[in-house]
Amino acid sequence: MFDITNSIAYVFLFLSLNFEVFLLITYFENRMDIAEEANLLAKGPKKYPTVTIIVPCWNEENTVSKTIYSLLSLDYPRNKLKIMIVDDGSTDKTWERIQKFKNNPQIDVYTKPNGGKYTALNFGISKLSSDLVGCLDADSYVHKDALKHIIMQFENKEIMAVAPSVKLWQPKGPLQLLQKVEYGFGIFTRKMFHYMQAVYITPGPFSIFRTNVFKKLGGYRHAHNTEDIEIALRMQKNGYKIAHAHNAMVYTVPPDTLRKLLKQRVRWSYGFIKNAEDYRDMFFKRKYGNLGVFILPMAAISVISIISVTTLAVIGVIRSVINKYLEIQTIGWNPHWISFNFDWFYINTELIAIIGLVTTLGTLTMILISKKMSEGKIVLGLDLIFFMTLYMFIAPLWIGKAAYNAIFGVKASWR
Amino acid sequence: MEPRKISSRKYLYSFVITAIIFSTAIFLSNYFSQKRIDEIRNIQDKISIDILSSETQFSLLEESLCKDIGTGTLSTELANLEERLSYTESQRGVNDPEVQTLKKYYSLLEIKDYLLMNRISEKCKRNPLSIIYFYSTNNDCEDCEREGYVLTRLRETYPDLRIYSFDYNMDMSAIKTLISINKVENNLPALIIKDKTYYGFQSIEDLEKAVPELKLLKSTKEATTTTATSTKKR
Repeated sequence: MFDITNSIAYVFLFLSLNFEVFLLITYFENRMDIAEEANLLAKGPKKYPTVTIIVPCWNEENTVSKTIYSLLSLDYPRNKLKIMIVDDGSTDKTWERIQKFKNNPQIDVYTKPNGGKYTALNFGISKLSSDLVGCLDADSYVHKDALKHIIMQFENKEIMAVAPSVKLWQPKGPLQLLQKVEYGFGIFTRKMFHYMQAVYITPGPFSIFRTNVFKKLGGYRHAHNTEDIEIALRMQKNGYKIAHAHNAMVYTVPPDTLRKLLKQRVRWSYGFIKNAEDYRDMFFKRKYGNLGVFILPMAAISVISIISVTTLAVIGVIRSVINKYLEIQTIGWNPHWISFNFDWFYINTELIAIIGLVTTLGTLTMILISKKMSEGKIVLGLDLIFFMTLYMFIAPLWIGKAAYNAIFGVKASWR
Repeated sequence: MEPRKISSRKYLYSFVITAIIFSTAIFLSNYFSQKRIDEIRNIQDKISIDILSSETQFSLLEESLCKDIGTGTLSTELANLEERLSYTESQRGVNDPEVQTLKKYYSLLEIKDYLLMNRISEKCKRNPLSIIYFYSTNNDCEDCEREGYVLTRLRETYPDLRIYSFDYNMDMSAIKTLISINKVENNLPALIIKDKTYYGFQSIEDLEKAVPELKLLKSTKEATTTTATSTKKR
């Protein structure tokens, strides 16, 4: 049946399939380069610029010490690396916990009245003099080689910021395992955006910038609680190049309950929607390259398409549940239903089903590639099963909520 | 600032590849859809031959014994066809011309099968076990869907029961005649069982009450099953 709902679904399916094909072409164009990057570390960086890592913390008593220790064990010359801990008016024992670091010559410790993460970052930026500056959230840990991988991207003079690969710290349980696949997928897409010069997020954990960026463009902004999207968009708008060092691994502690996950994701999605709105003049402009003509519009369309396709799917599911209920209510539980007779006649070969299948296969291919990129090999585990079965049901929740908040002006909060 | 590179060629490639995938999918979808219609046609032809063969057999054996022409001579494909047809209807839509034609043909086959069954039963002094069911696809029959579940279940439970379903609003003179000779009102769902017309939703229990022979069928069937199981055990 070809009706209006199907037509909408076809348009969105065409767009998402087109996007998948585009990403896969980009991957196959650059796969040699991706593989080579892993060997770069053996050569080592030509020189070591001075780096300051700001650790903004607000009530992070449980994780802050571990974060600092992971920074201290970075494989990087000590005289070139400075760590600046900025306590953003914590009300728990964070300030006490960080006192033990204050005599370390590599570490500076500050406290200031609470003002939000971006103020803590700007506070740190105002006090530094290094070539590069980065930030590490106090619930994240770095791999010891992460900084070296990032530094090597800066050997290209045009690169003004480098984003790392964010992975999860010891994921367990269905909720965290499905996020593991999602983060892996994020590594893949960000690397593809790197090749298209279209990275539009410099994630909070361990994105490194040339200090000049802040001198020229100004500090972080509140940016609807997603300063890491805003700064990247601002850089892109001003023609600053952002790279992605996919071998630079940063680990972050994932939300362990659905409630916390939703809260976090509503903030991210809401932040993206609002920042996209603030930077809407970049859309469809040739001068912003692939980001302007393709990536940003696609990201915005994906918000609409996820909401509408999910709504259609949910209506479909509700309809079939009602029918099944009606059937059971009318003739009782059918004991024959388990005996499944295979008959090709009843295989759904509607266009929407075939395209849906192809799109799913495309997604699966990209997930497997991303697994190879982030884990070094393709491991098929429970995480993939949780992702393929559950993600499509919970992701629309936060995207829908974020869109609702953005339309009706409900502000997102941090925690 | 220097203008960014735009991968125009890649946009073109990805668009072309996507368009190829889409066209292939459209082609495949149509191909399989046509295959289904072909299969339905094949079944219809088979039923048509079955009926013709039974009628011929019936005429040949006019004078002979009933044991040679039991109800077993009737086509067994009707239920199979009905299932496929209603699936195709749900996929392609009620108004699909292909579906409309197939349904008309199917209805005619049903009527022929019904007539043949009646002739056999009359000659051989058997009680015909059949239900004629009128439904509507115009959304004006709330209980038709539920009645459909009941009849499907009934057919599964009693394979010997012949159920003939007709779209009340179908534009076909044979159905209009069937409606007028049975004086069926436009009050659906309507069921004709042993010359009596029932209006409104009838549950499995209602129908089992209306056709007590069904119970007999069931007990015979259960008896066979029990024997079979006990034989197996030994």
